[in-house]
Amino acid sequence: MAETTYREAVRAAIDDAMSSDERVFLMGEDVGHYGGCYAVSMGLLEKFGEQRIIDTPLSESTFTGAGIGAALNGMRPIVEIMTVNFSLLALDQIMNNAATLMHMSGGQFNVPLVIRMATGGGKQLGAQHSHSLEGWFAHIPGLKILTPATVQDAYDMVGLALQDPDPVLIFENALLYNAKGELDLDAIPLPIGKAKIEKEGKDVTILTYGISVFKALEAAESLAKEGINAEVIDLRSLRPLDDETIMASVAKTHRVVIVDEGWKSGSLSAEIMARINEQAFYELDAPMARVCTAEVPLPYAKHLEDAALPQADKIVEAAIKTVGVS
Amino acid sequence: MNLTIEKAKEFYSKMLLIRRFEEKCIELYSSQKIRGFLHLYIGEEAVAVGLCDALSEDDAVLATYREHGHALIRGISAKSVMAELYGKIDGCSRGRGGSMHLFDAKSRFYGGSAIVGGGLPLAVGMALADKMQNRNRVTVAIFGDGAVAEGEFHESLNLAALWELPILFVCENNQYAMGTALKYTESQTDIYKKAESYNIHSKQIDGMDVVEVAKAAARAVEDIKDTSKPVFLECLTYRFRAHSMFDAELYREKTEVKVWKEKGPLVVFEKKLKELGLWSEIPVEAIEADIKDTIDEAVEFAENSELEPLEDLEKFVYSEVSNG
Ligand SMILES: Cc1ncc(C[n+]2csc(CCOP(=O)(O)OP(=O)(O)O)c2C)c(N)n1
Repeated sequence: MAETTYREAVRAAIDDAMSSDERVFLMGEDVGHYGGCYAVSMGLLEKFGEQRIIDTPLSESTFTGAGIGAALNGMRPIVEIMTVNFSLLALDQIMNNAATLMHMSGGQFNVPLVIRMATGGGKQLGAQHSHSLEGWFAHIPGLKILTPATVQDAYDMVGLALQDPDPVLIFENALLYNAKGELDLDAIPLPIGKAKIEKEGKDVTILTYGISVFKALEAAESLAKEGINAEVIDLRSLRPLDDETIMASVAKTHRVVIVDEGWKSGSLSAEIMARINEQAFYELDAPMARVCTAEVPLPYAKHLEDAALPQADKIVEAAIKTVGVS
Repeated sequence: MNLTIEKAKEFYSKMLLIRRFEEKCIELYSSQKIRGFLHLYIGEEAVAVGLCDALSEDDAVLATYREHGHALIRGISAKSVMAELYGKIDGCSRGRGGSMHLFDAKSRFYGGSAIVGGGLPLAVGMALADKMQNRNRVTVAIFGDGAVAEGEFHESLNLAALWELPILFVCENNQYAMGTALKYTESQTDIYKKAESYNIHSKQIDGMDVVEVAKAAARAVEDIKDTSKPVFLECLTYRFRAHSMFDAELYREKTEVKVWKEKGPLVVFEKKLKELGLWSEIPVEAIEADIKDTIDEAVEFAENSELEPLEDLEKFVYSEVSNG
């Protein structure tokens, strides 16, 4: 076990994968000579050369599609898209090709592609660089959606995704790249589709993913002072969702708060609520609550941006309200 | 290219197979056996036949939604294509693709794609993978003139040239994107010139002449294999039928269609063979009879094929291994 940053963990995972499998390569804007716009791939060009660390032009749709083509033809590409907002230019390829080829071909063509991208707000970058659209992508059958929160997952998920025969999208919250944590390179990774109980509790379940896991843990500490013992679950995988872990926790605490950096309307949190309603309605002792991003394009000004994003104090407030209902 | 009598017979029967297969499709569409969008290739047969003549088994083909011809000539059986049009389990995509999404791993046929321009980036990636794995084979990307207006066309040409990828770009310029003539949408209607601007070796050819297509394609494939650089072929052609079965075709004059029909691939080829003194050796009636049998068998096969069981609806969204 060693302490490392989230950024280094992703880099180590790519490095390990490229060292052990000739078919793996990395492609994206500024991944090579610049070293990655979040410095994730710093040094990899020197190690693996231009043939495998490929700088692309600003052609999101085509280099993403090229990743799909290369995957179809025997490679294991990792495509890096700078920011989730730019993935919209590649949406056609992700949705109409990566997600559909397996089905449209009657099971003949799988697409073992990994797409990594930065997501999330909090850096005062305004509305075109700050959104959290992973919930949208989680809507699409044929894709798998991973959201590493911890340093361990940042490392493990790249490896898991590369071993998967189907397209996997990894959303790395940009604010986490500098976060530090313990990394055990030999740990057996928790599989795709498994959630993780980050903190056990019995009074209320807080379901979340990505950077909000830390906000939820912070909230849990405050709640403890109020005598409320919250369970915090890191969903880890938004598609598939780990219904089993979610429902088991609901059956234990009977109260639910969902924290989602997406907008509330039509969000992942809405999906989770619907599932709990379908599968565990009679376990509930109170209406479910959720803390989402305000329904605005993310503003630039810090106070407005902070107010728009889910924060620990709002989670505390929501949890207390939920527990207060009897 | 030396047009032997065998080659002549082969070209003629292949073009006729596409023609008759699709004429049957019209019938079956009218009797509601085939549903969905149906885009016919009638008039453009020389491109598929000439092009595929230049390819080897190792080469990969990506086509659009007007791909019955390419699929049949690349080696997907008429039975398997017909069963797909019927939406049956024995179809080449198990009834999940339909007319616009024919796929076949065995013949390295990667679609059948209904997003205009959407297949071009895939071709870039396929060729990139070949290059990275030192495989000397060609990826063919077939698309219409309409695709030229999409950003993905330009992005793909740029990358193919920049990365020196073994791709054969084949633009089937049939002059129309649905109901809109090229002159209303492009500032430069000579499409090969656009490819030239990306430093890609490009050529405009008569896409109604199967021999010219075959020659140009063979040359292109040879160049690509020698240099590992892309080549671009613009095939001037014309579809005799409407864009799809839903198109009332109000956007073009009957006389224009008539003029092009006189330049039709079968007509042109017959004339050429007559000039070469080969026509009398083409057993037209026997070929017609053979094709009729093939198509009858295909229809019978499709009629008798089962429907995929409803329990399997959610199959093939993810690979079996990961369905776990
Ligand atoms: C991205 C996209 N935009 C629009 C359409 C609707 N559409 C289907 S076919 C077609 C015309 C395309 O023409 P062209 O590329 O020249 O091919 P052709 O049909 O002539 O073979 C259009 C606009 C589509 N399928 N995909």
